[in-house]
Amino acid sequence: MRKILLVVLSLFAVLILHAQTAEEIIQKVRAKLDKVNDYEAKGKMKTNVVFIKAPIANVKIYYKRPDKLRINNESGISFIPKGSVNINLSNIFVNTAGFDIIDAGKESGTNLRIIKLLPKDENAEVVLSTLYIDEAQSLIKKSKTTTKENGTYELEMTYGKYAEYGLADKTIFSFNTKNYKLPKGITFDYDDGTKKDQNAEKLKNKKGKVEITYSEYIINKGVPDSVFQ
Amino acid sequence: MWTLLKIELFKIFRRPRTYIAFAAIAAIVLLFQVGMKFDGKSYLDLILNDVKDTFEITDDFKNRLLNGYFICFAILNVLLVQMPLLVALIAGDSIAGEANMGTLRLSLTRPVSRTEYMLVKFLASVIYTIILLLLLAVLALFGSMLIFGTNTLIIFRSTEIHMMNSFDVLWRYFAAFGYATVALTTVSALAFLLSVFAENSIGPIIATMSIIIVFTILSEFNIPLYDKTVKPYLFTTHMVAWKGFFYVQADADNRTIDGSIQNLPAILRSLGILILYIAGFVGTAIWVFRKKDILT
Amino acid sequence: MSEVIEVKHLTKIFKEVKAVDDLSFTVKAGQVYGFLGQNGAGKSTTIRMLLTLVKPTSGEIKIFGMDLRKNRKEILRQVGAIIERPDLYKYLTALENLRIFAAMSGVKIPEKKLVDQLSMVGLAERAHSKVKTYSQGMKQRLGIAISLVHDPKLIILDEPTNGLDPQGIADVRNLILQLSKEMNKTLLISSHLLSEMELVADSMLIIDKGKKLVEGKVNELFDPAETVVELKTTDDAVAYDKLQRSGLKKFVQEKRNDCVLLKLHRNEVPAIMKELVQMDVNVISLHAKHSLENYFLSLTTTHPDVDAIKN
Repeated sequence: MRKILLVVLSLFAVLILHAQTAEEIIQKVRAKLDKVNDYEAKGKMKTNVVFIKAPIANVKIYYKRPDKLRINNESGISFIPKGSVNINLSNIFVNTAGFDIIDAGKESGTNLRIIKLLPKDENAEVVLSTLYIDEAQSLIKKSKTTTKENGTYELEMTYGKYAEYGLADKTIFSFNTKNYKLPKGITFDYDDGTKKDQNAEKLKNKKGKVEITYSEYIINKGVPDSVFQ
Repeated sequence: MWTLLKIELFKIFRRPRTYIAFAAIAAIVLLFQVGMKFDGKSYLDLILNDVKDTFEITDDFKNRLLNGYFICFAILNVLLVQMPLLVALIAGDSIAGEANMGTLRLSLTRPVSRTEYMLVKFLASVIYTIILLLLLAVLALFGSMLIFGTNTLIIFRSTEIHMMNSFDVLWRYFAAFGYATVALTTVSALAFLLSVFAENSIGPIIATMSIIIVFTILSEFNIPLYDKTVKPYLFTTHMVAWKGFFYVQADADNRTIDGSIQNLPAILRSLGILILYIAGFVGTAIWVFRKKDILT
Repeated sequence: MSEVIEVKHLTKIFKEVKAVDDLSFTVKAGQVYGFLGQNGAGKSTTIRMLLTLVKPTSGEIKIFGMDLRKNRKEILRQVGAIIERPDLYKYLTALENLRIFAAMSGVKIPEKKLVDQLSMVGLAERAHSKVKTYSQGMKQRLGIAISLVHDPKLIILDEPTNGLDPQGIADVRNLILQLSKEMNKTLLISSHLLSEMELVADSMLIIDKGKKLVEGKVNELFDPAETVVELKTTDDAVAYDKLQRSGLKKFVQEKRNDCVLLKLHRNEVPAIMKELVQMDVNVISLHAKHSLENYFLSLTTTHPDVDAIKN
């Protein structure tokens, strides 16, 4: 009986000892991301904006510390949303003045730890970042970033082979889109009778999404600055 | 019939005014291409005004956007409004011009039936239209492809943006040029019909253009009173249906489906309406002409 | 002689105007048939009906014994025509014009023969000039060449001498005679000038307001017994008196304001002249002309307004 009690107590002790603070979690996440100096990745990019019909694009993504990111369409043209630089998670921490870290507990259902970062620099573009972190793996699964000028971005990550570097196999980047309307005089549209009402309904949901599925990463092999021009 | 057609074509291609149209097209296309080459980006700024806040509009993006396919679409968008004039120039002249010159009465005393004469005249103006469009295709499409290269084609509609892979574009142009032939043949048929009533070619040319301008205004303006009643029956509404070949279908995620057309039945319906118009115009022209006393 | 053109009860009504009114006539093979009338009499309308340019309101036209409506192509293949002015494609050369109309007539003619045709009307040297550089007379000649290019049996010429200078008129007259006498063509020629017709036609039809006035052989119509003499003297009243009392009374027609009219046979004119001198009539002039001419002239002068109506 005492034996059992001891085991239970020691388990508790372990749990209590290992209950990480928000700061610790952030530290671990950063440490993982800091392993990557640069990378070049291939991927398929799917743009889902309500007023754009776009083909799937074969893209190359280049990254270099601290905050350079470039999405290059290999064979065509893609609309790349503003703020897409944030698909690189280490970008969240690029802030010289540091953050106030707020522990917001756990998300019900997913058991992800919610941590909010408030940049101390009043002039920073990012006002607030909310991270949903898998504590065990030290991976950010979701993030919401509120900016001063460009609205709110959301990121959702799925990890696979490159989890040890904190690099996702798939990211979904959601962003706000503005209304799109060209004067009819410019376009001289042909009215082929496609139902407008349905479109109008769809337009109310104005979140655009860009989904990138990465096929391979080449990590820390050096990326020339010229690609970011 | 073939002999008569050869005579008609010979007459058309010996006339200076025929080449005015060719020169006009070449000049417009060239001016447009030069303009786009040097100042295309400011043209794009106008179009991209509504998306520049949401998306990264880099110089590289603009350079890619200004590819030969895009330029050709822009040229067609502008030119197919002006081309009816060039087509009317020949078709409106086909009967009235002969009446004016006095050659009509001599021609009609030859052992040629009036129906035959009219069909040949009309056919000749259709061939002229086709040659005009071939020239346009060579200059505006292949010329632009040569100068600006090819890339994804992006069509900016009033409330939608359609993108299609570069390998999925060329066939659309062939279809569009084919459609444009029918559209301009409608103009040709109208000018041809009016030509029967006139004794000089200025009248039918101006009348054709006036009708097209009035109809286009009715087609383009959103006046609810006309939207359901008049608009669907105006041929001008259907003349722009060539653009339908550049409207793609997308799946639930707004992903372009390669090789798709958003509403093919609508285009075919428009095509059918234009063909009905052509048959109506030409049929009426022949009917009137057969009964007509030649007094010029 | 077989009938080339048979027109029966031909009528054409334009809206209110009766341009041709129950007209019947016949043209026989080998004839030069003069078709006379003032401007607006219905000549052009009739000719246009013969050439299927205008549809008759009623009546019947047979050419070469065939109904014109039913056998239009077959008939027109053997008909050549100039209608009013010889309007051609000005931006094309003479040779090109000729080639076009030959082809439209359904005949393929070698280049050399086309040039021959042009030399017949004296245009061989200008064969490659554009028609817009041609004078009116040259155009007229080219028009004639075109009407002949497919070797038609029947040639219809509407006012072929209009707008020509005297030399041009003489040229056309000679060509008509050549076509008739040497090449055995049948010709229908319209004109408003009787004097011109008299020289070339062997039969004649005169119409007015769309109606037939006279038709017949020229030598019968211009019967010398029907000569009218206009006598002008120093005192017409005295002269008229003297004539009434003399043996010449039977010839006296009437006294006009400025002359006395006599009607007699052409051969009697010299004798009359002598007798007048013997009778001591002071003759100023003695002008003999055919009664038909007088009649025709009176038509032309009494309806000057008709000119305004296009026929």
